[in-house]
Amino acid sequence: MMIKVNISADIVGEPIIAESIIETGTILNISQAHFDSNHGEIIAEVEMSQFPKIRDALISRGAEVAILDNPIMRDEEECVECGACISVCPVKVFSFDREWNLQIDADKCIQCGTCLKMCPHNALILEV
Amino acid sequence: MVEKSIKEINSRIEDGSVNVVTAEEMVDIVADLGADGAAKEVDVVTTGTFGAMCSSGVWLNFGHSEPPIKMSKIWLNEVEAYTGVAAVDAFIGATQLSETEGMNYGGAHVIEDLIRGKSIDVHATAYGTDCYPRKLLDTTLNIYDLNQAIMINPRNAYQKYNAATNGSNHKIYTYMGTLLPSCGNVTYSGAGVLSPLCNDPNYETIGIGSRIFLGGSQGYIIGEGTQHSPQNNFGTLMVRGNLKEMSSDYIRAATFEGYGTSLYVGMGIPIPIINERVALATAITDADITTNVLDYGVPSRDRPKLAEVTYEELRSGTVEINGKDIPTSSMSSFKMARKIAGELKQWIKGGDFFVSEPVELLPKNTSCKPMKQRDRNLLVKDIMSTEVITINQDATFHKAAKTIVENAYTHLPVVKKDGTIAGIVTAWDISKAVAEENYKLVKDIMTKKVITANATDPVEVAARNLDLNGLSAMPVLNSKQEVIGIVTSDDISKLIARRQ
Repeated sequence: MMIKVNISADIVGEPIIAESIIETGTILNISQAHFDSNHGEIIAEVEMSQFPKIRDALISRGAEVAILDNPIMRDEEECVECGACISVCPVKVFSFDREWNLQIDADKCIQCGTCLKMCPHNALILEV
Repeated sequence: MVEKSIKEINSRIEDGSVNVVTAEEMVDIVADLGADGAAKEVDVVTTGTFGAMCSSGVWLNFGHSEPPIKMSKIWLNEVEAYTGVAAVDAFIGATQLSETEGMNYGGAHVIEDLIRGKSIDVHATAYGTDCYPRKLLDTTLNIYDLNQAIMINPRNAYQKYNAATNGSNHKIYTYMGTLLPSCGNVTYSGAGVLSPLCNDPNYETIGIGSRIFLGGSQGYIIGEGTQHSPQNNFGTLMVRGNLKEMSSDYIRAATFEGYGTSLYVGMGIPIPIINERVALATAITDADITTNVLDYGVPSRDRPKLAEVTYEELRSGTVEINGKDIPTSSMSSFKMARKIAGELKQWIKGGDFFVSEPVELLPKNTSCKPMKQRDRNLLVKDIMSTEVITINQDATFHKAAKTIVENAYTHLPVVKKDGTIAGIVTAWDISKAVAEENYKLVKDIMTKKVITANATDPVEVAARNLDLNGLSAMPVLNSKQEVIGIVTSDDISKLIARRQ
């Protein structure tokens, strides 16, 4: 499952991700991270069975944890199935089947949003 | 030798005995029967393409207002159209952007909205004459209110097009889509096996007056397109169609992030199989069509070629560049191209579409020249300061501070022992180090991700990079990555002042 961890300004300098990983022994597969002086944000994949442990560890250190369960969606009216999205996706969500229909494997989506800008027809939607 | 006339083929369309196949289906037919057998068997091969065609637009006639106006400027949903022809005619071009919405809405969107029957806000101004006294006009209308809405696309249906990648170290936004740094992806356009001009590369059947599928209706080729360059296999078409008969299934507005708007045009051209030479040409496959992968990271007319690939490779999902497999994206829709070729086939089979004899074939000997420019193209090396002071990355930060103070430079490029660039240190970096009581070496306090210019870059490119990155100076490098100068926004301001 995909999760988003938000770290506020007052604790952004502290190693709370590393501490939580070490404390719980949970593997976090971090796919995106953004930090500046005001705020930190991490998108990561975690085993569903391990999620409660790491969530509690992160929250106890002041982070906010949200489950990302709104993967990329396609507006079928707008989409012309060109496939522009295919090559910019870091996790290969998009592909063609044998008849050149665009296929979406939404389970893989890490909600990075790169494909939104690539789509010439504004046909991809990410609700965060 | 098989010879068939257009008249003969049309009589078969008339009596329903015509044999029509798509260009995809024709590949196997020619393989099985040979060109001679295929030419006897097949009367028409249909092609199709559906992709971004920026050089597209529509002539509109609004009818006369009361009192009448000779429009000198006009906006449709805040998108300017060209009206320098008589009183109430205007050309709305696909790539013109909205004055309020910017890249989110442009001429292409106005065209799609017209086809969809939506209302369009019209605002026009004029200087007023005795015969056209009105100076200002505001109204709302839709496609049914117009006398004519005639699509005239000056350059459509490129025979083939370059594929694009990005060798630079930052993401770029182009009319070929988002290109990831370090050749992270390749984008391409064109229908390959179904591409109209690739199926008649010698223009034996295509020319002025050829009837075609355009935007879901019957349109015509009215000649070669602008930049038609058949000698490099970059032929283009100028086409005409009635927007009032078109469908938004086949004409779609698009926005390319950071570039602007464009129009996806659906076009299909029937190739009448008049002889076996034409039949053989329609057996072309994706593997037979090659194109160059160009580095769009180089902002020049002459982009370096990084690889030569076939459409078969492009459509496989990855192409190899310098030993690395790079993922590909098509910017045009093959599924739609196939749908168009199929629909045109049904029209011909059903007797609703007749092929036509061109009045004149497309020219085969023209080429596309670059622009003649009056000003010499100034390069960074022409305006940069060559008296650049650098500092070694292993020097102390005290030495950097001293160098800055002694020379009154605010930017100090940092170099490695061999003279190649390592970073940049500014008066601010030094102040910061002092404030943090961080008295280290230059390499510890410098900015490592330094934005640089190449000596051979055009000045316009350097100006854009300074602007995009909010910088006032960039070190200039030669091809060996050695620092040979510095270019500042000051240098560029002075150049502009001199020009004016």
